[in-house]
Parts: sequence; C-alpha cells; structure tokens
Amino acid sequence: MPEAPLPDAPVLEVAGLAKRFGALVVLDDIDFAMRGDEAIGIVGPNGAGKTTFLSVIVGAHPPSRGTIRFRGADVTRMPAADRCRRGIIRTHQVPRPFSGMTVFENVFTAATSGGGAGRDEAYQRSIESLALCGMMGVANRRADTLGLLDRKRLELARALGTNPVLLLLDEIGGGLTDAEAGALVETIRELRHRGIGIVWIEHIVHVLLQVADRLICMDAGRIIADGRPDDVMADRTVIDAYLGGGAG
Amino acid sequence: MMIWLNQIIQGVLLGGYYALIACGLSFMFSVMRIINLAHGSLAILAAFGLFVLASRLGLSPFLGLLIVLPAMAAVGWLLQRTVLERSLRGGLLVPILSTFGLSIVIDNLLFQQFGADTRSLAPYIGDLSYSSWAITDDIDIGQLAVLTLAAAIVLLGGLQLFLTRTSLGRAIRATAEDPDTVGLIGIDARRVNATAAAIAMVTVGIAGAFLAMRATFNPYSGGQQLVFAFEAAVIGGAGSLWGTLGGGIVLGVAQSIGAQIDPQGFLITGHVVFLAVLFARLYPSRFALQLPRLRRQPA
Repeated sequence: MPEAPLPDAPVLEVAGLAKRFGALVVLDDIDFAMRGDEAIGIVGPNGAGKTTFLSVIVGAHPPSRGTIRFRGADVTRMPAADRCRRGIIRTHQVPRPFSGMTVFENVFTAATSGGGAGRDEAYQRSIESLALCGMMGVANRRADTLGLLDRKRLELARALGTNPVLLLLDEIGGGLTDAEAGALVETIRELRHRGIGIVWIEHIVHVLLQVADRLICMDAGRIIADGRPDDVMADRTVIDAYLGGGAG
Repeated sequence: MMIWLNQIIQGVLLGGYYALIACGLSFMFSVMRIINLAHGSLAILAAFGLFVLASRLGLSPFLGLLIVLPAMAAVGWLLQRTVLERSLRGGLLVPILSTFGLSIVIDNLLFQQFGADTRSLAPYIGDLSYSSWAITDDIDIGQLAVLTLAAAIVLLGGLQLFLTRTSLGRAIRATAEDPDTVGLIGIDARRVNATAAAIAMVTVGIAGAFLAMRATFNPYSGGQQLVFAFEAAVIGGAGSLWGTLGGGIVLGVAQSIGAQIDPQGFLITGHVVFLAVLFARLYPSRFALQLPRLRRQPA
C-alpha cells in the first residue's frame, strides 16, 4: 500500500508540465498542487488545454516536459494502467464504455483490474458504485443500449469501481437537465465526503461552483487564475479570456 | 437417402476439425484485430513438434501436447511482443504482410529441417486412427472424428466461459473493444494482448495435433489449413466463437455433400459456399427489402 500522506501533503503535484503535439503547444509550463480532500474546478475557453491536462496526469499522453508526483511518488513515466492502480482515474467527455459488455461487467472489470479487488470485494464495490450513480435499474443491460445520460453515469460508475484516490472528471455535466445536474452535484458531494479528491472540468459554471472549493482558469495552455471560486470568477484576466481580449 | 444422411453426418464431424482450426484465427481477429496468415503454418509447426516427440522419444501425441502446448503459448507471447504488436502500429495491412512473411519463414525452416516427406501421427495413436462405431448398416462414425468434434465443442465452449466468467477474460474483451481506454481503468493492454496471443496459439497447437492425427501433413500444408480456417471463420462470422463452430460445420457439410455429388467436388463446393456467404455479408443491403429508388429531382 502507498504510504499514508500527511493531511496537508499534496496528493498531486505537477511541476513545469508542458505538452506539445508537433509545433502546437497545448500545455505550457504548468505548476499545480492539490490536497486529497480538495474539490477543484477547472474552467477555461475551448482549446485551453484542460482535457489534455487530465490526459497527461492519468498517463494517456506522455508530457513533453515536467514532472507529475502522486502521493509523493514520481509517476511521470509510469504507464496509465499502473497509475490507475495507484488511484488516479478519469472520465471522458465523450463516454467510452465497453459497449459489448453489460453495465455491471463494465464496472466489475474496472473493480478487478484497476481496483485490484478480489471477486467478492469487486462485486460489493460494483454494486455500491452503480447504486451511487443511480444505475442499478440498468445494471444488466448491454452498454451499447444506453442513452447518453446513462453512458455518462456509467463513465462515472466505472471510474468509482477502481476505488480512486483522485477522480478527474471531464465535462460530465454537459447536456444534463437542471434536475439531473442537481443529482450529479449530490453524487459528487458524496464522493468528496468519502475522501476522494476531485478535479472537475465543466463549462456549466454554476453547477461546478456548487461543489468546487477552489477554481482554476486555464487559457492557451497556462493556468491564468487559481484560488477561491468567487475571486477567480471576478478576476480580470479570466473575464478577458472568456469574452475575448478586446471585450469591455 | 441413407447415403446423403451419412454424408451430412460425416460433414458435421469434419466440421468439428474446421471449427478447431478456425478457433485461433477467429479469436485472434476478434481480440487483436489481426488476420494471422501464419495461422496454418503455426499449426503445422505444432504438428511437427508432436511428430518429433512421437518418432524420436516414443511419446504419444496426447502426452506430447503437454510439452507442445506450453511451447506454442510461448511462441504466441513472443510473436505478439516482437512481431504483431509492432506491425499493428503500422495499420491493419502491415500485420497481414508480416504474418504472410512469417508463414514463408516457418514453412521453409520446416522444409529445411524435415524435407518434403509427408508425415502423419496416425501410426502413433494405435487403433484410434481407424476405429469407428457402426450406427446403422450404412453409417459408421470414426472415433477420432467424434473426438475432434468433442474437442472443438469443449474448446470453444471453454473459451466462451473463460471470456465471460473470468477477470482475465473480461479484460481481454475490454481490450478488444477499446485498447486505449483499458489502460485508464488499470488494465495493461500489452500484457492482455500477449496473453490472448498465447491462448490463440494453444488452440492452434490443439488443431495441429488433430490435423496430424486424422490426415497427413508436410512442411507446406499450412496454406491449405489457413484457407479452411479462414473459410470457417468467415462463414461463422469472424469473431464469434459459437459462430465459428457453426461455420466449421457448414463448411464440412458443404464439402461432404459436394464430394457425394462429384468425387472432385469436395473443395469446390466448400469454396462456393464460402464465397456465397462472403458476398451476402459484404452486401447485406442488396438482400434487404428496399424502397424503390427515388428518381433524382431535376435541378
């Protein structure tokens, strides 16, 4: 088991992180640290590098430069599967379920592989994750028969199946009705309550602000503001980034 | 009438062998999206392995499998890590070319080692090679043929259970569907694929054993076995395990009935059925009920 970090020690530390795709600089010298009990919201215009930031943290893309430390250990060069077993998991903006499997199998597979759980434990954890995401009613349906809302829920349930320490959410609130978004906020709050660190990219800011106790704004591959949500939303550079440099 | 019934029964039994040889090809295609053109040659490689153990050490082919199957698993693992994984990065065509090249290498290495002589394991399995049960006066069924069909059913059924009931099996299915996403839920896709290749090669080893017991083989027999495996897999719908069993049986029955119609019709009937199924699969819309085509509006 990983060593238990001190409460104040950062669970995730990113230093000098950069990511280039050819000549295109997507992440530019990012420094970032968070504690395991924080819920952080990330906002920013399209193309700011938010999703790439998550991809690099989980190991889907190697960074061009910089280091990533998780619970004190350097994971910069660690394969994605190993990072997941250590407790970093992300969800995708466009859900990517294993469509030939049932909903339960999707979550159970995550629990036995990434979660490293034995059969009974994985079973329990899968049930728990499905219940938390309101998916017990469709547990035995094949994932390719689900509608978009349930696919998004499955994305979250499968992530929870791995028993994460740090949960990175990529726009899971998009396209939800107010009632659905409210239920989602309740679910995320419950996860925080259970001690899971949250990083949540979301365009629907008012939903995000119901959960986040710290807000980051990214623009052009950099973090341009980081702090209490109210302060960040009032920040001049943030307003400019959203409305364009020339605006009022 | 009895003659036709007999041909159908013999065809079903023959289909058991085709399902067996198609199993690994279909499994590899469904999991790794690789069409392994070295499939037949690898089966012949396993057959020669058993032949060496039987002729030099006097080991029965069934005991020989205890050595050959783990060796084939190792071959599968190495093949995936050294050849297939790399070639798959170059797109879908590259694995076809590289496995084609591999088949040529295997065939010629076997030729260099064993010469062009035709061999069989039949002399090493006692009377199993010719014993049969008389069902009626007109119908006899060979014990080895029944054993082959039973092996096919057990193997395909076992694989099906393995894929649905074990965590490794589920990991293999998940990896087959989305090799990029599985890493993010903690599955090491490279290891899973290498394991799947090892499993595929074990099935190839089993198929090679039955081929060598029921028929003769030489270093260049691989191509013909590949064609049978390919036809059975396509008829059954590549990637579906039970479909593969059905495909093998359809091919076997077609060949068997063809042989009854004309002694030379054995292979050609099988090929015709294969082509018919292939075309039906390629153009499903041609066979569907369609609206009459609307005339294009003048501009």
